[in-house]
Amino acid sequence: MEIGARLSNLEKNHPVEKKGLNSGALLVQIETHLLHKNQNFELKLDLTLRTGITIIFGPSGAGKTTLLDCIAGLKMPHAGEITISNHALFNSAQRINLAVQHRRIGYVFQDLALFPHLTTSQNIRYGLRHLSSSDCSRLVSAISEAFRIAHLQNRRPAEISGGERQRVALARALVTDPCVLLLDEPLSALDAPTKASIIDDLRAWNEAHRIPILYVTHNREEVFALGERVVVIEQGRITAQGTPHEVMTAPRQETIAQLAGFENIFDAKVIAAHPDRGTMTCRILPHQINGTQVELETPLVRADVGSNLKIGIRAGDILLATVKPSGLSARNVIPGKLKSLVQRDMTIVAKIDCGTKIDCKTKIDCGTKTDCGTKTGDAIEIIVHLTLAARDSLQFEPGQELWIIIKTYSCHLMAGA
Amino acid sequence: MDWQAFWLTIQLATLVAAILLVIGLPIAYWIAYSRWRWKFLLEAVVALPIVLPPTVLGFYILVALGPHSPLGRIWQALTGHTLAFTFEGLVIGSVVYSLPFAVQPFAAAFSSVDPRLMAASATLGASRLRTFIEIVLPLSISGLITGAALSFAHTMGEFGVVLMIGGNIPGITRTVSIDIYDKVQAFDYAAANATALVLLLISFIILSVVYALNRRGRINRGIPLWR
Repeated sequence: MEIGARLSNLEKNHPVEKKGLNSGALLVQIETHLLHKNQNFELKLDLTLRTGITIIFGPSGAGKTTLLDCIAGLKMPHAGEITISNHALFNSAQRINLAVQHRRIGYVFQDLALFPHLTTSQNIRYGLRHLSSSDCSRLVSAISEAFRIAHLQNRRPAEISGGERQRVALARALVTDPCVLLLDEPLSALDAPTKASIIDDLRAWNEAHRIPILYVTHNREEVFALGERVVVIEQGRITAQGTPHEVMTAPRQETIAQLAGFENIFDAKVIAAHPDRGTMTCRILPHQINGTQVELETPLVRADVGSNLKIGIRAGDILLATVKPSGLSARNVIPGKLKSLVQRDMTIVAKIDCGTKIDCKTKIDCGTKTDCGTKTGDAIEIIVHLTLAARDSLQFEPGQELWIIIKTYSCHLMAGA
Repeated sequence: MDWQAFWLTIQLATLVAAILLVIGLPIAYWIAYSRWRWKFLLEAVVALPIVLPPTVLGFYILVALGPHSPLGRIWQALTGHTLAFTFEGLVIGSVVYSLPFAVQPFAAAFSSVDPRLMAASATLGASRLRTFIEIVLPLSISGLITGAALSFAHTMGEFGVVLMIGGNIPGITRTVSIDIYDKVQAFDYAAANATALVLLLISFIILSVVYALNRRGRINRGIPLWR
């Protein structure tokens, strides 16, 4: 009787139904206004959240908590819709706005919001009012075991540690068997080992109950530790989404400050992605049509083939070789010609022309020296910084042919072109 | 000593405190949580008895209870006598007079409950009423005790309003403070002093109990005493 009776009981009390043990995706498409530090800006999000953990990453004031509050029903968006398993929680067009208590959403607040006058077990059973007392006790003790807080059942929140409070708050939200779990920076105040052990428990729970879990954080480490997927929100907009690796290394919107450190900045086009190698190939765009071609192997970021990027390379990160090197880990070995060599203070600034004109019908691949001799003035100029000692030992001369070596991870990608 | 006056006063104060607990809670809840833009008008009306001279308040209540007002007429039609100069009239007057002493501590206590706790309660499936009963009320308990005790003590000591609407009828409207005034008028200073001293003691004991209870409440909830 247990499970069946419990489910039917749940459905009777909660308008939002679960389909079997799996609930479906959460669709959020909302527009609302935010006030942060007296600045009013618009929150405009369009998200589909599948089951499993999705990290919502962004700076404070980006609208992360507002997003969670809108999903939970604590705030009402100005327009849009929020749907779970095809069941509307909010729909401005159809004037649907389901009350908070009927949404079946587990919400762990940033400050946890444990009821201070209730013991931990009373806190956990607070959301189980609709169950019989035996079912309720069974669920409470099961979840208390799972989150290792059973020994605290008669203590009040003020009498237990921060990590224990965190576990109680998670257990209180999860025991109600929610359709969606919202976590607002729940682990931000904890030390690393405590955090790691809670994350493990949460993962284990997630394996057993596949529901969408939204985990809000502004901590980069948590993104890599937890995330299956990341959604980046800045100034009320989604600026990136994907796996933690893709997103956290994604091309960022360039600013003057960000570019200040890069002596070499090129417009480039993504011509191939190699997810198996974790890299992609980008062609530096000529400054004029039918100009020259240089291709670079860069880190893989979330960018479509054919899209335009900027590649920034620090002059100090580039190696020069007088003969073609072999047995190198660096993926980019490009032939070039030394154009000029100027000493500035204790640094030698070398300017090197690379690439060849397309009209000589020789396709230049990285690392393959061309036999075409018609290099002209519209080559791509790369600036390299050398030490005085390097110049002296290699005896560089203007006009000399040499090899430029650039590591994949020295190529910094930025959005736009 | 006029024990009849004491007994009458305690009955009156208990009844008024109980009535204020019932009608004060919804008013305070509304003041604490409503976002109505004209809310301040109601707040001002509730606070009026604090600043108005009791004679002014007593006068208007007397008029409102009198046979020419709608309330007075309805009461007369139902009971056959007027409200003025009766114990019932005294209760109504005292409730109005002590309203701010109950509503303001209630409202302050409600507003100091962390709104995130109410949000958490709602996300756990609780209705507004259940949230109010199980979360807001227990966490406001010190404000409730304070409000009830203050309205009790305030009613115990009221004079102006009682005199205006109740007069001085032994066993019906003659309260302790009227009794003291009466004795002073009759130059019976010894009797006035004895009665005044008992009133002083009762007030002191009530306030001590209130503060002691609030202290215990804080300890139980794990809130530091110095806050």
